[in-house]
Amino acid sequence: MSFFDYPNVVVARRAMLVRSGAVLSGAAVALLAGRDVLAATAGDAAAGDIRILNTALGAEYEAIAAYQVGAESGLLQKPVLDLAVTFQGHHKEHADVLAKTVQKLGGTPVAAKAKYDFPVATLKTQADVLNFAATLEKGAVSAYLGAVPLFANRDLAKAGASILGDEAMHWAILRQALGMPPVPVAFMS
Amino acid sequence: MVRRNARLAAWTAIAASACTVAIAATPGDAKRGAEIYTRCQACHALEYNRTGPKHCGVVGRKSGSVPGFDYSPAMKRAKLTWDPKTLDRFLADPPKTVPGTTMTYAGVPDPQERADLIAYLREAGASGACR
Repeated sequence: MSFFDYPNVVVARRAMLVRSGAVLSGAAVALLAGRDVLAATAGDAAAGDIRILNTALGAEYEAIAAYQVGAESGLLQKPVLDLAVTFQGHHKEHADVLAKTVQKLGGTPVAAKAKYDFPVATLKTQADVLNFAATLEKGAVSAYLGAVPLFANRDLAKAGASILGDEAMHWAILRQALGMPPVPVAFMS
Repeated sequence: MVRRNARLAAWTAIAASACTVAIAATPGDAKRGAEIYTRCQACHALEYNRTGPKHCGVVGRKSGSVPGFDYSPAMKRAKLTWDPKTLDRFLADPPKTVPGTTMTYAGVPDPQERADLIAYLREAGASGACR
């Protein structure tokens, strides 16, 4: 079924988001295949990969908390609220996979912080919340872009790129919701 | 032929190194740096600690010294002062400059972009957001 077969844009977008979750789950399964990752990564290389995964995990926990702030702000109206909750769900999936992979590599996953600082005083409208989320998502794209080439294990690099793609979709859709060109550039950095 | 190629390679290396020095000396543009800083905002903010430490006051600060931030052992040991030179080196390749850092980011390869970013960090440190 294509995007254009749905009765309206909101229904289409929701269906596509559900599908993107299914694609990500496929990548997660590949990442968690486990033995391959363990066999291909050892010693210093594994320690380096664990550090990358843990930094990503810390940022994912923070993104989950940020979306929680947005969802509980009372500023988001449906269907934007649904969008935020869906994106938060993706970050939860990322965090779950990252934590399990750190464990499989013999590391200790970082824990979520008890408290996060966010600029809540500046969030007064739905657009403020969306802008804040878009800033974090754009940063996440750059962060994964900077992390992917550092992985010693190519399967982990591939999985990191899969998450990068998801963050980029979040950023584009948030920009679209803000009335901005969803994809303003041909290349990210 | 081999000797000529070796001479050519040597001259290319010298020219490339001179070029790098010239580019690195270009003054940074804080306005461009603000745009580049959006790449940092998955983990950093000016005013508060996040996955990475806050950036208010970073220029001139000792590495690993923001109160309340849980630094990696590597960064605690680094004993750097974040001036434009050390920031430039770190931003070019964080894991190479401080092996074991949790800033697992390949870096900003373009010297002009690093200069712009450092100019922004310096200017932002003196702005109302950081006072």
